[in-house]
Amino acid sequence: MDWEALGLSIKLSSVTVLILIPFAILLSRYLAYHHFTGKSWVEALIMVPLVLPPTVIGYYLLVGLGSQSWLGQMLEELLGHQLVFNFSGLVVASILVNIPFAVQPIQRAFEAVPEEVRDAAACCGMSRMKVLFKIELPMVWPGVLTALVLCFSHVLGEFGVVLMMGGNIAGETKTIAISIYDSVQAFDFASAGQMSLVLLIFAVTVLAFTTSLSRRMGAAHVSRRQ
Amino acid sequence: MSQDVSDLYCRIKQDKQIRLDAEFSCKAGEVMAVVGPSGGGKSTLLRMIAGLNQPESGEIRYGDKPWFKGDAKVNLSPQQRHLGYVPQHFGLFPNLTALENVVAALDHIPKPERIPRAKEWLERVNLHGLPDRLPANLSGGQRQRVALARALAREPSVLLLDEPFSAVDRETRERLYLELARLKEQLSIPVVMVTHDLNEALLLADNMILISQGKMLQQGKPQEVLTRPRNEAVAKQMGLRNLFDAHVIAQEEERQITWLKFGEHLIASTYFDSLEVGTKVRWVIPNQGIRFNSIKQGRLCRSFNKLDITIDSMLTMGETVRIVASVKGVRHQINAEVPLHLALKLELAKGVNTTVALKSELIHILDQ
Repeated sequence: MDWEALGLSIKLSSVTVLILIPFAILLSRYLAYHHFTGKSWVEALIMVPLVLPPTVIGYYLLVGLGSQSWLGQMLEELLGHQLVFNFSGLVVASILVNIPFAVQPIQRAFEAVPEEVRDAAACCGMSRMKVLFKIELPMVWPGVLTALVLCFSHVLGEFGVVLMMGGNIAGETKTIAISIYDSVQAFDFASAGQMSLVLLIFAVTVLAFTTSLSRRMGAAHVSRRQ
Repeated sequence: MSQDVSDLYCRIKQDKQIRLDAEFSCKAGEVMAVVGPSGGGKSTLLRMIAGLNQPESGEIRYGDKPWFKGDAKVNLSPQQRHLGYVPQHFGLFPNLTALENVVAALDHIPKPERIPRAKEWLERVNLHGLPDRLPANLSGGQRQRVALARALAREPSVLLLDEPFSAVDRETRERLYLELARLKEQLSIPVVMVTHDLNEALLLADNMILISQGKMLQQGKPQEVLTRPRNEAVAKQMGLRNLFDAHVIAQEEERQITWLKFGEHLIASTYFDSLEVGTKVRWVIPNQGIRFNSIKQGRLCRSFNKLDITIDSMLTMGETVRIVASVKGVRHQINAEVPLHLALKLELAKGVNTTVALKSELIHILDQ
């Protein structure tokens, strides 16, 4: 069992959701409440990581953020280190790959907030921030929690993007999924089995949890419409 | 209410998206009903007054203070307008209790005063002993009262009600009519109420505007709009079904009577001085202007405003009977609604020949 890799994976998942979820809340809220030209294209762009192979995303990130690209060079000057083969690069990659997992459930939850409730809140004199924190977040929290759990578990098991973007540097970019792959390559099936079991139990628990939350959200949606 | 109150003035014109063309003012202490069929632009108009939708052009003013002015690019937010708004399905915050819902609207007053004020308003709308209930655990009528308390507790400049009685059952609706009528006496602010139910306007409103397909057809007191529709479109929107053609045959200024020839019948109507003898006109009579088989003696003699009819069909609907009858001497049918007990007393039935009298003061000649 590679505890260092598990710790790194948990750290990567935590940092990713901490940055991604607040951003996803604002983006989802905007997408749920506003209609604008090109909205379908924006939504399609957000969904791209769901259908594109992780290695393809990893490739583009490697090329786009590597030291050969102007963006990579600019970021290297700004941060003092390059993003590829680095933990912070993995965070950027994880955020980009997980945007659809965060935005989708939160956007659906915001869409279920009746327009009348938002109108009434505005007419009650509440500011936008107060409406968000006092009225909307208590209504959309199952969606936010679903997004959080989905993103956390997805980052925990992410392989393709991590390998392409971060390589296999112990303590820096070697996550649990990479460690499992390494163990199998080294014929250490016992270690690979232990780590796989941990991920399997976690995945089943997470899926059961999110399914239950989705059902709860669906019921809440129906009751608000009645 | 202790705040300064003013009148509300509204002039809105837009052609894109939802077409809307309306101009009206609502005095402080007055209930203005915006009546019209569904999809006619009533709720959009209310949302524009609330600042939830922005009109293309026009002006919305509360007293001297502009809320919206298209040419001057003034458009206050709903928060800045400080109004009370009760949406069709009440828009209660589902995660907050009845009391918290009302308190949520009281950010403008010091914190220690909020809960006592909210409790006071819940009492005023007769919602006793339920402040800790969530909206999901309240009945439709109770939710409506919470929404009303929340809107009024703000001491709003204007109260906006969007179909306030459409989401409650009939019994609750009747009770809420009485409560709103009582509350109306205590309010000194302009109240704008959107409704598709003409009876609600007749019961509760001091004034009304009739809107259809985004266009304002008529403004006036509800009873006046009902009995004096400006044109055929208004008459039809008001549910008037007795619309007939006739010719002006005489004008008696002295007795204030305009004489009409309706087929072979002579009809005396209220005086319309602008009409010339020989003009073809269209006239209308509301249901309350039709009397079955009981021609009262009065300033009119029995030789006119009396129509012999044959009842073609009768439809009992609860306590009323809808009658369609052919008028002798003309090709038209007359429609009437009479109480069931009266229909039984007069032994009205399909195929029966009888007589109806038309009240001359309720005969109205439409604009050409």
